[in-house]
Order: sequence, then structure tokens, then C-alpha cells
Amino acid sequence: MPVPIGNTLGIFSDNIVRRRSILPLSTKRITHWSNGFSLPHGGSTILYTGQMYQLIPFINSMSHQLGKFEDSWITRFFGIGRFFNKMLNLTKFMAFPSSKEKAAYDQPIRNIVECLHKAGSEFGYLYEHDYYSGALAYDEGLDDAFKRHAKFVYNVWKEHNVKTLITIDPHTTNIVRSIYPHYIEDFDIEVKNYMEILAENPPPVVQHLHETVTVHDPCLYARSESIVEQPRKLLRNIGIEVQETELSGALANCCGGPLESLFPKKSLLIAKKRVDQLLDCASTIITSCPICMANLKRVTPETHSVHDISEYLVKSYSPDFK
Amino acid sequence: MITTNTDSQKNEKIVTINCQFLNQMKLGSEFNATACINCGTCTAICPMEINLLPRQLFRYVLIGAEEKVLENVNNIYSCLLCRMCEENCPAGVHIAENVRSLRTYINREVYGLSRS
Repeated sequence: MPVPIGNTLGIFSDNIVRRRSILPLSTKRITHWSNGFSLPHGGSTILYTGQMYQLIPFINSMSHQLGKFEDSWITRFFGIGRFFNKMLNLTKFMAFPSSKEKAAYDQPIRNIVECLHKAGSEFGYLYEHDYYSGALAYDEGLDDAFKRHAKFVYNVWKEHNVKTLITIDPHTTNIVRSIYPHYIEDFDIEVKNYMEILAENPPPVVQHLHETVTVHDPCLYARSESIVEQPRKLLRNIGIEVQETELSGALANCCGGPLESLFPKKSLLIAKKRVDQLLDCASTIITSCPICMANLKRVTPETHSVHDISEYLVKSYSPDFK
Repeated sequence: MITTNTDSQKNEKIVTINCQFLNQMKLGSEFNATACINCGTCTAICPMEINLLPRQLFRYVLIGAEEKVLENVNNIYSCLLCRMCEENCPAGVHIAENVRSLRTYINREVYGLSRS
């Protein structure tokens, strides 16, 4: 028996409505990456993480559990689980990522902030008000929950007089730039992705990196937000040679990540297919999406590696940054 | 509710038309597949391979065959929404948005998820 779709989505929907995230995390966990930066609280321009990088270790851990349940008798009890989850956040007891994994997904956010500072960007952060965007709720067709949540998040930005958001992942960028305006009347906040900012005004290169890599384009950057050339320009600028797969840019195959909640096994099959295409070009894969990174890493052999683009950028712009 | 026998020899080919479903998809959602020319590009290019058949699914919606749509629930939620099909669709059909509209319908009408 596959993972029961209705009850699993029901849990996500309840969490979004009651706890403002599909997998509610503590404020301490969401903002942990910001330690040591002293970013101003608020401001007209803010960095908006949408919690995507912070959520990945928890999604990974939960998908691992769901993968075990898929096709087992335990799926019969998801309905009871949903009932109790309304009162008590049960998803908290299903995901136990290691400290190492949490730190690994905090690091790209830290790298991005460091790169933006090197480019001279000034921005604040909303800390406890850095809410999830609702991206998964939208994708799964949970429109009623998504609509309420999007209005709530937008009102928080308006209360803090936010004029510009800097986004750092494809799902959040797409949802706030291209989807929110359809659900929120008079949406008037500018949304810029950090790679667009860096590509327009690249920081000085301190160290050139002489490596050959291949780039996996996240679907939403490539086919919805036209962010294809920017990562390549940034990589070339720091001395990296990009070997292109036949299926790149607008024709890039998906990593399979969107299926991990409901069909964990199918998700891995798609990832394997994509990794095989990429490793035909180079042994190092670079991507700019936490979901792609997590899913591709699951099936990449130990002799090869998958990295977030920010690891390379920060190594070049700020080699001593940790 | 109208029942149509598409092949008088075989009862299994009977398709039940649900006008309420048809109206709801036409009027109450972003679903729009009238431009689909049934060329099959979406199926050929889909990373999920033959498991997903958007053009077939859209035909069921356009004729109001709710039962047939609901037989494909796993396929509807298996779509990656990667939009590879849309990028290559010669008729410019918003395939991913159509699939998402079907999810919204199923979430509301089958799983009762609008009231949580």
C-alpha cells in the first residue's frame, strides 16, 4: 500500500493552517544560521529564506521514515496520525536529523549572506517572522490552506514595511514572485534572487578556482524564473569550467525531489536517472536548490559529489569564511 | 449524470459523464486543455515516462469522466510539475497548472481538505 495521499496531505494542510509550515520548526532552528552576522531586524530590503534550506534535513529524515512505511501495513494508521496531529505536532517525532546534517544545510545560507555582503548588498532579516512560503501546499493543490497562508505571510511583510525580498532558492523565489501576485490583490513587493543580484554586481574575486563541473538547473529557475545564465556567469567569473549536459537549461530533467513526500521510491529512480546524465559530463555536480541537492546526493556515488553553488562562490569571494 | 456506451460490444468501456465535475473544472478552476491537439509530446518527454498520460487525462476531464480521472489519482500526484512538457507543448497548454487544478479538485472533493 503506497503512502496514503489524502491523510499525508491532510497532515501538511493542518500543519500549514495551525502551525504555519508543512513541518514546523522552532524559531531557534530557523534562525540558527544567522549567528555571528548581526543582521538588522527588518528593513525595507530583507533576506527571505522561506525556511527551505533549514527544512531539508527534516524532510530528508521524514522521507526516510516514509520510505520504510511505503507499501507496509503502517500506512493504514495514517488517518489516526492525522487526527492526533491536529492537537499535537506529530511530525516533530518523525524527523531526527543529525547536528551535522542541520549544519550542512545552514551553511549555504551563511555562504549566500557572505557573498551578498562582499557584493555590497545591504539588507535585514525578520528572524522569528521568517515564515515558510507555502510552496509545497501550492504544488500539492492545497489551495485553501495556501491562500490563507500566503495572505498571512504577505501581511507580515507589509507590517514590517518590506519593499524588497532577497530570495535564495527556486521554490521560494517562484512562489513569492510568480504565484503570490495571483492570490494577493495589489501585491507590490519586489522579489530578487541572490544570483541575479550577484550576477549584476559580482563581488571582487579573491581566489580563482580551476575546476571542471557540470550544472544541474532546478526546474523552477530554468523554466519559470529564467535563471539559467546567472549561475554560469558567476561560475565562469571565478574560473570554473562548466561542462553542459545535453539536457540543461530549459530542457533540464527534474531531480525527482517533488515526489519525495508521497512517492519516495519513485523519487529516487528519477534522481538516479538525472545523476547518470550529469556524471557523464563531470564528476562534480553543482546546483542551487536545496531539494535538488538533497535528492541528487542520495544517489550520487561516493567517488563523485554534489555541491550548492554558494560553496564555490564563497570560496572565491571570501576564502577564509567559515 | 449521463452514461455513454462507447462500445456496445464491451461493457467495460462505459464512461459515466458527471456534469457537476465538468462544470466545476470548467468554471471553478484554472483548468484549460481545449488547445490540446493530442500529439503525445508531453508523454514522450515526461521524465516519469509512460506512467503519466496528460493528454488522456485531459480528455477525461473535458468530457466530464470523473470516474476515469479518479482512477488516475496516483498518476496525478506523481507529476513532478517540472514543466518539461509545457516547454515543448506545440499548443501551449498549461499542463502543470492543469494537473495542479486536478489535485485541488481531488483534495477538496475526495479528501475533504478544504475545511482543515
